[in-house]
Amino acid sequence: MRTVSAAESAPTTYPWAVDAQELRVHAGRHLAVDRLDLALDTGVHGLLGPNGAGKTTLMRALATVVKPAGGRLTLLGVQVDGRADLRRVRRGLGYLPQQFGFYPRFTLREFVEYMAWLKEMPKTEIPGAVQRAIDRVGLTAKAGARMKTLSGGMLRRAGIAQAIVNDPAVLLLDEPTVGLDPEQRLDFRDLLRAVGVDTCVLVSTHLVEDVVAACTDVVVLNEGRLVHQGTVDDLVAQGGEGDAGDSPAERGYSALLRRHRAEAAR
Amino acid sequence: MSTHLSRTILARYADREAVLDEVTMWSVETHLEECPDCRAHLAGGDPLLDRVAAAVDQGIAAGPDPAPRRRSWAMRNRWLVWHLGPWLAMTVAVLGCAVLLQALQPRLPLVLLLAPVAPLPGVAIAWSRRHDPAWELIAGTPAAGLAMLLRRTAAVLAVIVPALALASSRTGVSLALALLPCLAFSAATILLGAFIGVHRAAVGLGIAWTLAVLLPAVVTIHPPAVLQPGTTGGWALLTLILGALAATRATSFRFSKE
Repeated sequence: MRTVSAAESAPTTYPWAVDAQELRVHAGRHLAVDRLDLALDTGVHGLLGPNGAGKTTLMRALATVVKPAGGRLTLLGVQVDGRADLRRVRRGLGYLPQQFGFYPRFTLREFVEYMAWLKEMPKTEIPGAVQRAIDRVGLTAKAGARMKTLSGGMLRRAGIAQAIVNDPAVLLLDEPTVGLDPEQRLDFRDLLRAVGVDTCVLVSTHLVEDVVAACTDVVVLNEGRLVHQGTVDDLVAQGGEGDAGDSPAERGYSALLRRHRAEAAR
Repeated sequence: MSTHLSRTILARYADREAVLDEVTMWSVETHLEECPDCRAHLAGGDPLLDRVAAAVDQGIAAGPDPAPRRRSWAMRNRWLVWHLGPWLAMTVAVLGCAVLLQALQPRLPLVLLLAPVAPLPGVAIAWSRRHDPAWELIAGTPAAGLAMLLRRTAAVLAVIVPALALASSRTGVSLALALLPCLAFSAATILLGAFIGVHRAAVGLGIAWTLAVLLPAVVTIHPPAVLQPGTTGGWALLTLILGALAATRATSFRFSKE
């Protein structure tokens, strides 16, 4: 019989689900994330930034798809580097890439099952977990449909289903609302709020309104550097009358970027 | 726990209508959690559970048989058919052509010359960001890494090895001299892949073999020295060494080389 150590059976609490210090990550030859300090815990965190700010590269590093070029990255208490055993960390991750492809002949259920298997979930738990994940994204009726017959919005939701199938401790969603119609977007925000109760969720988006509606706090990136981390109210407080944007939060966001660019120019 | 719950308290706990204060309720439940006897009393007082169990048994017996479990192996390896299938089909077709050409020109052992590079297209495609549509999703899962690469390489070899065996029996060349270089090059691809990525390793080794051995042999119509019948032992040793070295590089595959 395998003996279970106290450390394994005790409820594990992590100081931070995600802890990056001086993190540097390359996208090809370009240094896309530059000396980033970021600590995240349970909750829904919005990741905002203009195109090319390094959002996707940061997501890929947190998903352990790319190896950090420098600094320290700790996920769920394990330091992510060449020596780390990533399997335990990866079992606790959920990742929706900005673009993902799949074998088009798979049905939606097979797709989510395959991902659950790759995430090394216990065999007996897979069918139930797959059904729950598909139900949660509202694709119950499409479970038997082939992936290639799904529309863009449905594929996005299928991607969310595979990301949440293993009840991850860290959920990384890169532009999850692209292609969703307004009603689905509202459903998705409800799902985010529900998942965020006991999960560290990082949602990258270019829509400030998504962040305001569903996120507990906001992380703003620009040119690979952390510009701001705080609550939605903090973001709103940054803006003034003269800033560009349709809402107080958007004005706050553009004020932050304007100031960061001005600082960088100096 | 030495004392058991009184029948009255249990009856009141079981009775939906009776009002039980929170503290009593809490202590009853704590006790029930630890005491099988009192749990049995609680359950035994109500024939409902027996009736439900009987009804469930009856329902299971009367209902249709459970659907047979779909073969999960088939599902997991379907990517092989749809994604790798065309490449493997091409490799097998090329080997078929080699068999025909060798029949026309028996002095040139084309099957042997192609054997080392036969698994390379499949292995290169099996774990490549460019060719696997699901790469981005799979790279961040715990299953990614050397184990997955080996599984996929094994799937490629499961097609290539029988094809090579058939080709060698058709042309009368040594089976060992066809298969051992094939395995050695597969192991070399994985080993080199640990440093520069599997796709690049496969392309590099393929080009190197073509330039150094295949082309000179075709031009001079003369079997190369490295594929003479006496070299079997050398190939076997090389396969073992490369395989053992590749197995030590597991950590290099924790992050995928793009």
